[in-house]
Amino acid sequence: MAYSVQTRLIALREIKVSAIALSILRMVALPAIGIGIFVLIWHLAAASIQTSLGQFPGPAEVKKQIDNLYVEHKEEKQRETAFYQRQEIRNAERQKTDPDFKPVIRPYTGKPTFVSQIFTSLNTVFTGFFLAAVVAIPLGIAIGLSASLYSAVNPVIQIFKPVSPLAWLPLVTMVVSAVYVTTDGSLPKSYVTSAITVMLCCIWPTVINTAVGVTSVSNDLVNVSRVLRLSWMQHVRKIVLPAAVPMIFTGLRLSLSTAWMVLIAAEMLAQNPGLGKFVWDEFQNGSSDSLGRIMVAVLAIGFIGFLLDRLMLTLQRYVSWDKNAITR
Amino acid sequence: MTSFKKWVRNITGALAAATLLASTNANAVGDPEKWELKFGFIKLTDMVPLAIAYEKGFFEDEGLYVTLEAQANWKVLLDRVITGELDGAHMLAGQPLGATIGFGSKADIITAFSMDLNGNAITVSNAVWNEMKKNIPVEAGKPAHPIKADALKPVIEEYKKKGKPFNLGMVFPVSTHNYELRYWLAAGGINPGLYAPEKGDTSGTIGGDVNISVTPPPQMPATLEAGTIYGYCVGEPWNQQAVFKGIGVPVITDYEIWKNNPEKVFGVTRAWAEKYPNTHIRVIKALIRAAKWLDDNNNANRPEAVKIISRPAYVGADKEVIANSMTGTFEYEKGDKRTIPDFNVFFRYNATYPYYSDAIWYLTQMRRWGQISESKPDSWYMDVAKKVYRPDIYALAAKELIAEGKMKAADFPDFASESSMKPATADFIDGIEFDGSKPNAYLAKFAIGLK
Repeated sequence: MAYSVQTRLIALREIKVSAIALSILRMVALPAIGIGIFVLIWHLAAASIQTSLGQFPGPAEVKKQIDNLYVEHKEEKQRETAFYQRQEIRNAERQKTDPDFKPVIRPYTGKPTFVSQIFTSLNTVFTGFFLAAVVAIPLGIAIGLSASLYSAVNPVIQIFKPVSPLAWLPLVTMVVSAVYVTTDGSLPKSYVTSAITVMLCCIWPTVINTAVGVTSVSNDLVNVSRVLRLSWMQHVRKIVLPAAVPMIFTGLRLSLSTAWMVLIAAEMLAQNPGLGKFVWDEFQNGSSDSLGRIMVAVLAIGFIGFLLDRLMLTLQRYVSWDKNAITR
Repeated sequence: MTSFKKWVRNITGALAAATLLASTNANAVGDPEKWELKFGFIKLTDMVPLAIAYEKGFFEDEGLYVTLEAQANWKVLLDRVITGELDGAHMLAGQPLGATIGFGSKADIITAFSMDLNGNAITVSNAVWNEMKKNIPVEAGKPAHPIKADALKPVIEEYKKKGKPFNLGMVFPVSTHNYELRYWLAAGGINPGLYAPEKGDTSGTIGGDVNISVTPPPQMPATLEAGTIYGYCVGEPWNQQAVFKGIGVPVITDYEIWKNNPEKVFGVTRAWAEKYPNTHIRVIKALIRAAKWLDDNNNANRPEAVKIISRPAYVGADKEVIANSMTGTFEYEKGDKRTIPDFNVFFRYNATYPYYSDAIWYLTQMRRWGQISESKPDSWYMDVAKKVYRPDIYALAAKELIAEGKMKAADFPDFASESSMKPATADFIDGIEFDGSKPNAYLAKFAIGLK
């Protein structure tokens, strides 16, 4: 025996330590290095791009604009407080002279800030995504179960799948204007238009993946269902759905990332007060800060898109029965 | 109770009575039927009366809670007013008229408030300017003003010889800018082209020496820079922006094309105005106060206004760019800054009063360039003007302000005797006299354009 038990244990511990160190390196250090190099290249490239609105925004300019946007957000909040105070004073004065007057507190009329625009965007994207899922999953199951239905519907899907949101938008806008009559206090038309456009564009990945998932249910399971003489509903609920769930979620994940991409374009044109409108308005402003602020929005859009994708990935892993499958 | 306390009590009582009196006075119009309103605007400095009425609390004084929202372009803005998504908007003077007679989106739009006078300019690219400059006489080391389109004519002929179309931009088919650009070109012997809606041709380029097309105001500088157009007519700050960016040179302001020409209006649909009459009057009251604030004490408040509208939610351009024109100066060629105190007029010269004659001038231009496809009798011009321009509503709002002591009767035209027609004027670049009561005789005076 060349090594004592003790040295072997130490060696084992060292291997463990170096494994941990390696994984730390992979998880933290490498991405950090990647980002670092990107920021450096960005900084250098930005310095050499001159536009008529000044230099292309580099990391420092973007940092400055993030601070600016935060300050503006806080100032807007202060204005909001002042707005409500003024309103209360006004209502109180009015009540003094006119006891029958019933004061109503009106919501703040100020501008949406960058932060509130992010929430508008998220709200819109989830509405569109939810509508898409509600239509897409049953449709996907139906065409997955019946080969003839699939052949009938498939050409339509293939034709509409590649249509850009910009092509849908004018049609959706006009239809929404004609069909959807706003009564006070309900959803604004720009929101409905954006959400429906998002839905039309992000519905297809879920339909296709659900259909594939349903078709690929193993024959053994289908036979089991036949032997047990399950009714159609039971067959769908007990056999088809559980087997197709991983594929459905793959589809939903693709749909959500499509939805997020489409949303920005839709908001720009439909004037829905989210991130898309922020980018458009800044482009129109053409001030020396505009490019920097648009860059902040670009980063925010990317980061939120990434978080949404992670969210779906987690869900996908959670519902997938094959926990060893590598999902990226 | 001590006598002092009694005294305090009496005073408070008297004050309360006074406020009661004041507020009953203020309520002469009656409560607004609609409290929460949304108005649209385009990112131009002449939206400023709306921003001031909001920021200075004039809307709130009227019990109105207004949201202001920038719109992507004039068409979107008009359509959203028509569908009711917007309660009202900053509009081109031609929009309510065009909509009413059915050129473009058809709807009954009215206006009881004119937002400003002047405020536009024509800018050409650096390359065109260098060619034009050779044809412009020099006066004290600077190009002599006003620069007529005669200087541009040889440049356009040069392009024509090479077979290249000479592209120009304006903001909307019924915009002031379209008519001003055409007026200036035609005054210099350049045919800007005709519309023929009866044949389905709404491009406005038939028989033209130039090719005039639509670009939304904020995109003008970018489109000029891209070389898609060689020049444009637009409101501020987009001419000064070209100077700052070093991509073009403003050659003439609309003040020099037609001195104190009416520009934007505040438009609402007729249905809206009929449904919410008190609200409408209150909106006009707030806007009149805002306009007066902007012109008070010889433009003393303009720097503050510049600061407000340079915020990203309003016009959003750099402060220096907006200040250039808003504070009484205008920079032509880089460094050639001249004083034009009336470049932006918001209140003086009764700028806010909706004159029928202003509407009629726009209608004559619509006819001149073929947007109105057939010749109309003089009475038709007056009828349309009366349908769209509503000095009666303006007068109600103004009288209210006078009664409240917020304004003086001297601030306004004498409503008892006012005919709402401006006297005939020849303050045009070509010296042709315009008399609102004789639109057909006016059209007959032009060498270029339909009669």
